[in-house]
Amino acid sequence: MNPNTEQLSLFGPSPQNPYTISQITRHIKELFDTDFQLQDVWLEGEVSNFSRSAAGHAYFTLKDAAASIHCVLWRSIAARQPNLPRDGDTIIAHGHITVYEAQGRYQFYVDSWQQAGVGLLYLEFEALKARLAEEGLFAPERKRPLPPFPRCVGVVTSPTGAALRDILHVLGRRFPLTRVLLAPTLVQGAEAPPQIVAALRALQSQPEVDVIIVARGGGSLEELWAFNDERVARAIAASRVPVISGVGHETDFTIADFAADVRAPTPSAAAEIAVPDQAELRDALQMRNRRLVQLIQSEIARERRALEAQTQSLRRLSPRSRIDALRQRVDELTRASATYVAHRLTLCRERLRARTLQLQGMNSYAILARGYAIVRQRESGLVVRSVAQVQTGAQLDVRVSDGEFPAVVE
Amino acid sequence: MEQIPTTENLSFEEAFRELEETVRRLETGDLTLEESIVLFEKGQALARHCSAALDQAELRVSQLSGTGGENRQVVFGGDESAEREE
Repeated sequence: MNPNTEQLSLFGPSPQNPYTISQITRHIKELFDTDFQLQDVWLEGEVSNFSRSAAGHAYFTLKDAAASIHCVLWRSIAARQPNLPRDGDTIIAHGHITVYEAQGRYQFYVDSWQQAGVGLLYLEFEALKARLAEEGLFAPERKRPLPPFPRCVGVVTSPTGAALRDILHVLGRRFPLTRVLLAPTLVQGAEAPPQIVAALRALQSQPEVDVIIVARGGGSLEELWAFNDERVARAIAASRVPVISGVGHETDFTIADFAADVRAPTPSAAAEIAVPDQAELRDALQMRNRRLVQLIQSEIARERRALEAQTQSLRRLSPRSRIDALRQRVDELTRASATYVAHRLTLCRERLRARTLQLQGMNSYAILARGYAIVRQRESGLVVRSVAQVQTGAQLDVRVSDGEFPAVVE
Repeated sequence: MEQIPTTENLSFEEAFRELEETVRRLETGDLTLEESIVLFEKGQALARHCSAALDQAELRVSQLSGTGGENRQVVFGGDESAEREE
């Protein structure tokens, strides 16, 4: 009964006891605030009467053909958006509805919004992405390195799409040594996610598959939607082998991209990432080959130098120099001895000559001219110096100055 | 003395790694001349093997029929047949 309590009368108002405006407004606000539905509202409508206050808050009206609602976008929320809604935009907004008591009207307090059409999908996308990220599905430490030379590349895509053609073209050009195992699947529509999941599983059961490409050519957001499916994301994250995603064009990001070990901007790029380039490999091979030749040549050169060093040592230590020295000594001695002998011979010859001259001087035959004779026994040749040496009848030779004659002793 | 292994049965990856290992071992030296020559010849054989593998390679494509089914060889040979498939 006391209006100051701001409680509504259990028995309702009366002319004697009317409600204050604040009381009834608070009551209405409480009705709004206790309504669960009004706390979590998605609205789609056209923007009109958009304005911003000096404080930065934005006010506008969302309307459809038959109704409208006042909307508030606080500066803190407006600041998070790259673009603010403009009059005429159709948007999908999320927020809660409550009463602004001062003006006695209910308002939609927007906490997020998107352009209609892509907007809703985008918000779903953001919500799923946030949830899976929270769960750690996209954590960098989950990402596995790709095999450098995959034996077999599993491909999950449409068997008739341009993506497959591009992938095969790139794989064939870069690394035709690899095998390709295609797990055909739908890539859009409601059937696509379970098929993609099944294709991923089927490839993992093939032991030779080293890496998997999940791909789809470019398309609208709706067409790429299968790759934003939670089941697909989980199947990719759970894959036995690393997964490369190549969905859409460069600017398209899907949940599959975040779940994959490597995100490629396009199917072709996924194929490029999956295998090495044979041109580079050939360069590398040539480089290794040149290195091998270089190494063996320097090895041989080193061995040759070592051999030469040994040869030189051997030469230094060889007996040849001693032999040479001895040979020279022998030579010297030979020459010295020859000189000596010659000298001796000359000496002897000189002496002989001297003796000869002397002999000539002393020649006994010269005496014979003076009448002496030399008598020799014929048989013995002995010079007779005494009568005792001869008997009668002995035969003698008598030498006189101009010759010899025989004689007999009487 | 190092055995000369047959390079014939090595996969490209094995041969390529072995080539790198061979170069590395030659680089570290500490080998007899005979060992070096054996390694050199092995390295050359490996490089030839790798090049030949690349020269002769042609992309082989097969397709899983159904989910988890047996592999089925398909006719993608290279670029032209892939385009035919389109």
